[in-house]
Amino acid sequence: MAVVETPTGAPEAYRWEGNIEELRGLVSERAFTGETMLLNMGPHHPSTHGVLRVLLELDGEQIVNAVPDVGFLHTGIEKTIESKTYEKGVTATDRMDYLSPLSNNMAFCLAVEKLVDLDVPPRAQLIRVICLELQRIASHMVWLGTHAIDLGAMSVLLYAFREREKVLDMLEMLSGQRMMGSYFRPGGVWRDITSDFKPTLVKFLGEFPRAVQDYQRLLEKNPIWVDRTQGVGVIEPERALAWGMTGPALRGSGVNWDLRKSMPYSGYEQFTFNVPLGEHGDVYDRFMCRILELWESMKILHQALERLEDRGPFRSDNRKFVPPPRSELGQSMEAVIHHFKLWTAGFDAPDEEVFAAVESPRGEIGCYLHGTGGNMPRRVHFKTPSFMHISSLPLLTQGHFIADLVAIIGSVDIVLGDCDR
Amino acid sequence: MPEIAPARDAADALQAAMPEALLDSHCFRDETTLIVPPVQVVDVCRFLRDTPGLVFNFLSDISAVDYWPEQVRPERFGICYHLLSMLYGRRLRVKIFVAEDEAEAPTITAVWPGANWLEREIFDLMGINFRGHPDMRRVLMPADWDGHPHRRDYPLGYEQVQFSFNAEEIMKHKPFAKE
Repeated sequence: MAVVETPTGAPEAYRWEGNIEELRGLVSERAFTGETMLLNMGPHHPSTHGVLRVLLELDGEQIVNAVPDVGFLHTGIEKTIESKTYEKGVTATDRMDYLSPLSNNMAFCLAVEKLVDLDVPPRAQLIRVICLELQRIASHMVWLGTHAIDLGAMSVLLYAFREREKVLDMLEMLSGQRMMGSYFRPGGVWRDITSDFKPTLVKFLGEFPRAVQDYQRLLEKNPIWVDRTQGVGVIEPERALAWGMTGPALRGSGVNWDLRKSMPYSGYEQFTFNVPLGEHGDVYDRFMCRILELWESMKILHQALERLEDRGPFRSDNRKFVPPPRSELGQSMEAVIHHFKLWTAGFDAPDEEVFAAVESPRGEIGCYLHGTGGNMPRRVHFKTPSFMHISSLPLLTQGHFIADLVAIIGSVDIVLGDCDR
Repeated sequence: MPEIAPARDAADALQAAMPEALLDSHCFRDETTLIVPPVQVVDVCRFLRDTPGLVFNFLSDISAVDYWPEQVRPERFGICYHLLSMLYGRRLRVKIFVAEDEAEAPTITAVWPGANWLEREIFDLMGINFRGHPDMRRVLMPADWDGHPHRRDYPLGYEQVQFSFNAEEIMKHKPFAKE
């Protein structure tokens, strides 16, 4: 019972008042005899990427058991959406995965569009694809920077955030906000792209390849990086599937599954791109998958740019679901009625259930939506990749050193807002 | 391994193999839902995962829905298992209904270990217990929390807005330590 003993004379505040019996079943019996040590990591620890707490059972430096503890960022977003109309619900979804808010928007909008059977015009789909790929780049930049800094490569963070800033500037041009834009709405996007967006995107696509080459030159063959990542946190494809892993974490193990390719949505089937795959399922392969994904995102953006010339509506003109543009309000009584109805009561959706999933930078975000027949959902549930990845953390870390735990957490790219919702 | 053509309809396949396990099935917006009795959900999941032509090898999501207060069915809760067949690129929803007074369902962690936290989340937020689950603790809410926030009868909390005339009065009732 070495763990519970408090040094004599320790101040009252330091005395642990928990019940050691609560840990039975979570850690091995050796912890109760004092043979192994229990160590608390987080929730306020920079390398846990947010507020993740991990209870570690250690044999020397080696991890015998890792028990993740989440929920510190639980804000009841699903519950909040249950009391909002469908269009207003979009703003709440931004706050889940705060590094890729547009992917959450996308999952929710797809579910709403499926539930009420609303069509999205081709130009809106194209703008969505551009935004999603930009968001993927921005999210991977944060991942790369923080992952590298966890493993001691300080400068990568600065280079990565420099490029991320450019992407966020572009997203700001579109939605007026850098991060929580709520730019996607049921039926399309909030407004058409602005005139300065396209030249900025062209300029960015000219500069970005060099930046990615820099990252690759900095890390890919760096002996310290390779030593720290190869053969660490290996997961076999069968186990990764059984534990519900998705995204680059699954593709790092060599499973060819990308929703953009396998079950395309929003017109992804019209783009040519590859799905980078790993081989060994270790930290290094997951790293390479994400780096190569940056190149694929650029490919998609180049193709999308060519098609951006085709003008067309950026939002569905089904007035029963989509508010009319401001310009119509002065001329049409119908438009005023629709405007008023949609911004006060919203639209009704059938008492049925749908499931929509998108490929976010981290993996599959699934949105389960159940209508009531009225203007608010009965239930919204988001299946988020970080939640599944944190649940498989004990598997990935067993037998590794504490320093490797930091590498593994970085490699599955968790976002705690995404996990806790 | 020879390529096996996908079964046309998962409901038909289940009906043929385990007729007692299929209560109902319907299709909405090209999404098939199979309604099965709670006691058989483990067998059904294993059947759907292992049968050639179906191969729903991946568990995408488990979500619970509370039908209070409309009560379209005698049971209060529904639990949806969203399965995905990576081989054939299609999804399937398996649904069970659970009554309020015996809010319990069998765990499917034996079929997909990834169901572990998804079931814990439902236990935490909906208050449905999963029989045989290896680690049935709360996951998102604090361990000593009362109630299950995602039930429809659980109120959506809010904080009273403080103005200068009532700031002190409201401050007295705020649930955090003072002095």
